[in-house]
Amino acid sequence: MAFNLAYDGNSYPIEEEVSVLDTLLNQGIDIPHSCKSGVCQSCLVEVVVGEPTEASQVGLKATFKARNYALSCCLFAKEDLGIRPLNSEDAEVTASIIKVEALNHNVLRLCLKPEEEFDTIPGQYINLITPDNIVRSYSIANIPGVDGYIELHIRVIPNGRLGSWLLNEAKPWGSVKLRGPAGECFYVSDKEGGDDFPMVLAGTSTGLAPLYGIIKDALAHGHIGEIALFHGALQPEDLYLVDELYDLSQQQSNFSYTPCVLNGSEGDFYICGDVQQLVVEHIAKLKEARLYLCGAPDLVNAMKKKAFLSGVASKHIYYDAFLPSK
Amino acid sequence: MSLYEKLGGEEAIDAATDIFYRKMLADERVSGFFDDTDMEGQIAKQKAFLTMAFGGPNNYTGKSLRDGHAHLVEKGLSDMHVDVVIEHLGATLKELGVSDEDIAEVASIANSVRDDVLGR
Ligand SMILES: Cc1cc2nc3c(=O)[nH]c(=O)nc-3n(C[C@H](O)[C@H](O)[C@H](O)COP(=O)(O)OP(=O)(O)OC[C@H]3O[C@@H](n4cnc5c(N)ncnc54)[C@H](O)[C@@H]3O)c2cc1C
Ligand code: HEM
Ligand code: FES
Repeated sequence: MAFNLAYDGNSYPIEEEVSVLDTLLNQGIDIPHSCKSGVCQSCLVEVVVGEPTEASQVGLKATFKARNYALSCCLFAKEDLGIRPLNSEDAEVTASIIKVEALNHNVLRLCLKPEEEFDTIPGQYINLITPDNIVRSYSIANIPGVDGYIELHIRVIPNGRLGSWLLNEAKPWGSVKLRGPAGECFYVSDKEGGDDFPMVLAGTSTGLAPLYGIIKDALAHGHIGEIALFHGALQPEDLYLVDELYDLSQQQSNFSYTPCVLNGSEGDFYICGDVQQLVVEHIAKLKEARLYLCGAPDLVNAMKKKAFLSGVASKHIYYDAFLPSK
Repeated sequence: MSLYEKLGGEEAIDAATDIFYRKMLADERVSGFFDDTDMEGQIAKQKAFLTMAFGGPNNYTGKSLRDGHAHLVEKGLSDMHVDVVIEHLGATLKELGVSDEDIAEVASIANSVRDDVLGR
């Protein structure tokens, strides 16, 4: 059965098995989107006729749910629907770019200062909205409440839409919009005065961003358990923040840093090999560990499954798979 | 008191879910059925399954179980697989210290929907 979908003064037929997002894209209407999997939140719209379904609000913060916002990629019609783009004033804050700098050959650090209050937890992700209305998700790599700005690490994809904007247009004192935050991958402390559970964090490429945010947050909370970071890369030059992380491991006795490179050469400062295997070996005897996994979806999913099978409780596995756009 | 309450309600389900799902994923006879599904979704569904098997509150009907497993029946879901599920269910409960008598009751609840699950 088909229903009607009202958008911008027009009405379109919508099939039950085609999402609101795909229905509008098929009509040639440009709705910002990326993962089409209900994760990145770039496809948010406001439902003004009918009700958002439960599935279309999974992971949204309470204020967004209350305003009838919905993920258009996960919204399927069970009745006639009407939607409109979010009212920018309600949903977004303006932020100025305060720094753009290279961390390695393909990763940029972008520091943003929100003009209004914008509460986030290190490790969560936000939607970055460019002046051309490109919306992408990025994870928070610092403690914004302490630093006074939000730090992101962005891997520049050749010809990527956001990547091109970043290379060509993003300049200090330019402005962007931010929405969010979202995500459950962050440090949760159970005890006053410092928790002692072991933490194992693993990621590839800019999967390091949320992990670094979580590590800083854990240390700021006085975490006393072991914190082991594994950063995987294909080539040595894909690693970044090596000196900074190495220094931190010298200063903090409970923090260890293991860079590992798949196509590396023996005898260098990193370990040669597969980050997944290293992590699986490391957690084999650490069943009570909290595990944090971020970055390439295949690797995150594979490590998650292996860790679970080796005995880590599902509720102790925190992760964000960086799903690419579809 | 229902068996669900006797076993410890939702808390018991939470404790059993990880153990049970781990056994299922590690068993090649059945793990293939869980290949293309995401882990959280699966864990939520395992919880639903266990709640049902423990005789707890659930909204499933013969028809919804039929519909929910139809795509698996197409992939060859059979009596053997249901037996494996019941085997792992029993082993999970045993690990948690549940009595043989209660395990037998859980197995009989699971058995009672066998035809629905297998679409017969
Ligand atoms: C929850 C979440 C958190 C994220 N956090 C970060 C973060 O902290 N840092 C970060 O750098 N990225 C992060 N990402 C990824 C980010 O949102 C974008 O997808 C990415 O930056 C590419 O955007 P783009 O517009 O430059 O490229 P697009 O225009 O989206 O992509 C161009 C082409 O490249 C393909 N492509 C894009 N990415 C990849 C990839 N990784 N592998 C293979 N093909 C690809 C696309 O499918 C497309 O065909 C996150 C994603 C999610 C869902
Ligand atoms: C013994 C009787 C069984 C019962 C009572 C049962 C019950 C359930 C329930 C309640 C769900 C959740 C449905 C939903 O919410 O969508 C479910 C899903 C599922 N079951 Fe069973 N099940 C049984 C047997 C089996 C067997 C033998 C297999 C395969 C080995 C199996 C594989 C699955 C899978 C893969 C799903 C998820 C399907 C999906 O992702 O949509 N089940 N089952
Ligand atoms: S959540 Fe809808 S496109 Fe990513």
